[in-house]
Amino acid sequence: MRKLVLCAAVTFALPAGALDGEILVHDPSTIISQAGRFYTYGTGNGIPILTSDDGWTWRRAGSLMSAVPGGKAGPEVLARGGNNTWAPDVIHIDDQYFVYYSAPATQPRSAIGLLVGRTLDPASPEYRWEDRGPVVWSDGIEDSNAIDPGVLLDPTDGRLWLTYGSYFGYIRLVELDPKTGLRRHPDRKPMNIAINSEASIPLYRDGWYYLLVTHGSCCQGANSTYNIRVGRARKVTGPYLDNMGIDMIEGGGKLFAASRGRHIGPGHFGLLDLSQGVQKFSLHYEADLDRGGVSVLDIRPLLWRDGWPVAGDNLSPGVYSIESARTGTVLELAVQGFPVGGFRPRRPPGGGNGPPPEPQPGPPIPEQEPAHVAANWPASSDVRLAPAMLQAQQKWTIAPVANAGGYPGAPYFRITIAGTERSLTATAGAELTTSAFSGAPEQLWRIDQLNDGSYRISPRAVPGRTETLALSAVGSSMPTLAKFDLASDRQRWLLGAP
Amino acid sequence: MRIVLAVLCLSLTSAWCPAASTVDARGFIHRWLVLEPVAVQGRLTESAVQEALTLAAIPDTTALPQDGDVVTVKGAAQTWHAVDTTSYNLNLYHFAAALSRPTSNVLFWVVTTVDSPREMHDVRLAIGSNAASRWWLNGEPVIALNDDRQSVIDDGVSKRITLRKGRNIIRAAIINGGGATDFCARFLDENDKPIQELNESL
Repeated sequence: MRKLVLCAAVTFALPAGALDGEILVHDPSTIISQAGRFYTYGTGNGIPILTSDDGWTWRRAGSLMSAVPGGKAGPEVLARGGNNTWAPDVIHIDDQYFVYYSAPATQPRSAIGLLVGRTLDPASPEYRWEDRGPVVWSDGIEDSNAIDPGVLLDPTDGRLWLTYGSYFGYIRLVELDPKTGLRRHPDRKPMNIAINSEASIPLYRDGWYYLLVTHGSCCQGANSTYNIRVGRARKVTGPYLDNMGIDMIEGGGKLFAASRGRHIGPGHFGLLDLSQGVQKFSLHYEADLDRGGVSVLDIRPLLWRDGWPVAGDNLSPGVYSIESARTGTVLELAVQGFPVGGFRPRRPPGGGNGPPPEPQPGPPIPEQEPAHVAANWPASSDVRLAPAMLQAQQKWTIAPVANAGGYPGAPYFRITIAGTERSLTATAGAELTTSAFSGAPEQLWRIDQLNDGSYRISPRAVPGRTETLALSAVGSSMPTLAKFDLASDRQRWLLGAP
Repeated sequence: MRIVLAVLCLSLTSAWCPAASTVDARGFIHRWLVLEPVAVQGRLTESAVQEALTLAAIPDTTALPQDGDVVTVKGAAQTWHAVDTTSYNLNLYHFAAALSRPTSNVLFWVVTTVDSPREMHDVRLAIGSNAASRWWLNGEPVIALNDDRQSVIDDGVSKRITLRKGRNIIRAAIINGGGATDFCARFLDENDKPIQELNESL
């Protein structure tokens, strides 16, 4: 572990955690994509827009309200709430985008307004937002604070739901009309489903409805106690119980994400489903200590374990073993291996046929490095799979590549035999070899963590091919590149200490 | 002499084994010509395997032998035997033991042919071998496995290759150090599914 930390600190020019570019944001919406471009919206004047072409490098792109007639929330929203614009959420239904935003006055008097648009692209001639008025509100007296909207389009029946609320009173649930984005039954009383939280948002998976909320306090930099919690229910209306059976309406909530390392106060969960077994979630940290303690956007892997969501971590640079989940063999440079510590005969030379002597412990055997064994390695080698034996040709340095772009949550990586310049390279025949790193697309690797915690490893490009391929264990001893098959273990890889 | 074993039969003297026509439902090839084992050192590193291949080289690697053909390898006469296995693998240990030949520190040459109904692109030869092995398709090296290992289905898999329409020759050398020794082989299609439409044409 110590070695990994040193390696990361010394060898790589790392981005300072989280994402790259202009990622200062508080209360980010669910990340949404249109035509390959990603968008999120946050708290701030006019609802600031953050956008990214690849999900890794982000930039500020004005505000939503600048495309609303009058440049601000509509009069009914302002009448029910106030002229702040906080914590939006966004969803795409048919040909409409619905942006729900908080418009608080002096809390808990607040309203949640609705913007409706046909495109997210500010450069499109069709780009404009219509304020369709308040959807829900709180009068400042009732047990509700109508901010922090979160929306779910139920995949089982197409019904649209909105949760909202913040500490003062309850987290509430109302049904919306997917055609208009407004309340389907405005005469019905909202349902109370949780308490002592904010930034709620529901999601559905495998027969369960999950309610993600944020507990703790925000907005105090590194002194914030924000953490994300979850409960689940068989019905969207609840009751949402945590893993200990405590109802979220009585303060329950299984911990999903807490402060870790130099990222303090995670909050505002948003699901980013990239399909094919890759789900991620967006969030903000109240304080990124590597960026002066400001609030920043991040995207992390979303894993599932025993029916509960688990917050994954983006891959840290370091030295790894790359093990096939299919075969248990590890990726190695196709060279003759040499046992760590040297050959060890079953019997000592001249030991005869009697019982072997009792083995005696010796000093620790040092790590095998290429300098010890690479003298006979050929100048160029392919790769293969072999039983893990901690040999030099089995240890891979995985490191981000600066200025090469990335994908949601991570930059492209190079994958290189540790201590060498032999980098994993996709060939024109969709096979694999190693070569000196040049930064070519066939040497840039996208590493996505799948729901089960294993990884999918794909080259940015394969020469002469347009389809996306993934590292695949076609045999116990043979890796190749192939189309990803979610139902198979062929393209699932485990990254761990060598 | 008729040798009957659990997993293979030798057609030395009898046609009791029914002639196989196609590979089985999982694509495994059952009909092979196997040369009697050649003594080698039985070391299994990459360089040792290469050395064994040189020392135990057969005179002609292009001609297709016939059952009963005799060749001289390392100064000794060795006979080719036509073998059908009833299992997915061919047990070389039983083969050699049935002939009262050594089973350890030996190299087995094997060869077979498959007829493809059409040219097939992006297919793979997929083998398992105990222990190290080298494989050639139509004279081209396609798989190299070193070190002591068990025969695991689809252990060694070639890169994407093309099967010719008609006859294709598969040749291999399996080197055993000690203990059990066997191999299995099949072809996989472009989706890594076993190819079933190949005729065993020996």
